[in-house]
Amino acid sequence: MEVLDVAIIGGGPAGLTAGIYASRSGLKILMFEKGISGGAANTAPWVENYPGFEAIEGMKLMDMIGAQARKYVEVKAGESIESLANDGNEFIIKTSKGEYRARAIIYATGSVHRRLGVPGEGSLLGRGVSYCATCDGFFFREKKVAIVGGGNNAATEAIYLKKLGIDVTIIHRRDALRAEESLQNTIASMGINVIYDSVVEEIFGEKKLEKLKLKNVKTSDISEIEFDGVFISIGDIPQIELAKELGVGINDDGYIDVDRTQRSSIPMVYAAGDVTGGFRQIITACSEGAIAANSAHEDLAKPYWI
Amino acid sequence: MDEELEEIRRKRMEELMMSAEWPDGPQEVTDQNFEEFVSKYNVVLIDCWASWCAPCIRLGPIIDELAGDFKGKVAIGKLNIDENRDVPMKFGIMSIPTMLFFVDNQHVDTAVGALPKANIEQTLNSLL
Repeated sequence: MEVLDVAIIGGGPAGLTAGIYASRSGLKILMFEKGISGGAANTAPWVENYPGFEAIEGMKLMDMIGAQARKYVEVKAGESIESLANDGNEFIIKTSKGEYRARAIIYATGSVHRRLGVPGEGSLLGRGVSYCATCDGFFFREKKVAIVGGGNNAATEAIYLKKLGIDVTIIHRRDALRAEESLQNTIASMGINVIYDSVVEEIFGEKKLEKLKLKNVKTSDISEIEFDGVFISIGDIPQIELAKELGVGINDDGYIDVDRTQRSSIPMVYAAGDVTGGFRQIITACSEGAIAANSAHEDLAKPYWI
Repeated sequence: MDEELEEIRRKRMEELMMSAEWPDGPQEVTDQNFEEFVSKYNVVLIDCWASWCAPCIRLGPIIDELAGDFKGKVAIGKLNIDENRDVPMKFGIMSIPTMLFFVDNQHVDTAVGALPKANIEQTLNSLL
């Protein structure tokens, strides 16, 4: 069996950029993507902070990065990894479709939506509870929805939904939004309501979502407000299960521990993008992917630990 | 004896006819042909999707594979919710992708989200 120089796991911005850089530096690589490439950025209504594009839809930007990467790297789309091991020489990658060997691994596995963990959230999924404004905003035109969260994603989704003609209320657990100021200004100028210092305690509805029970975290006051839908945008959980199989070090926040060169605690294993935490932007994911590919290239040529 | 043979021959012919008629890959389902499609086959899966929905596009290749894997057993249709409003309204769809499952023209299950292939296979096998 031919041995790969690098197996890249995950086809979001970090993995795709790592693929471009690794391939251009002459490494033999393959990328494994269990779904389609693009990652979480695919669902961003638009992106206004990726240099070179004043405003571009998340899926469009990721299509472009994906098309560029495919010029260099073969993407095994829809091929999920079932196990990862190291036989002392190489990494053995077992997927849903076959087995591969690689001398180095770049983890770019990203993250999944964090759930609120309140009653009604699971039972009303698809009945008013959503984690994707670009997917489901369509169903709530002329209706009233809540967005739970206060970061850039929550703010961008609130603006997106408002533009669709939806009555939008942001519910945030702190006394100020964390989103960047330009987004906050847009929220204020569009007249999007914000309920501060409040958390959702329960989601009610028979056949579909009817109302939210909120608790003010400062006064402990409870209120119930009628909504047609709730979009939950309270951050992400890094996908570290595969990394754990190799015993890669995980930091206190649950992300893969890497240094500034994207090297993990295990030689020849690198990580980039959302799975490593930090700022978690498309631009930083790309940057980390490039650095990870460069570190892999350096180590394959001249191992730093020898 | 001849009658029995004739019966076997007839059944075999019916099966052959069915497999010849069975669609290749997922079929496009619309508000107009929805009833016909769902009533024509014993077990039916309808994938409700839209082009702007990244998870729907992620699910697409899995739906394609399932249409091949379950050919002759489960008829699989794709309904674009942007172009067809009646079916989503009827089934109260508020999130995509949503998969609707039918057995003998009865709606028996709904699954929301871009689920892993194994989960969908499990549901389909339980309906066969």
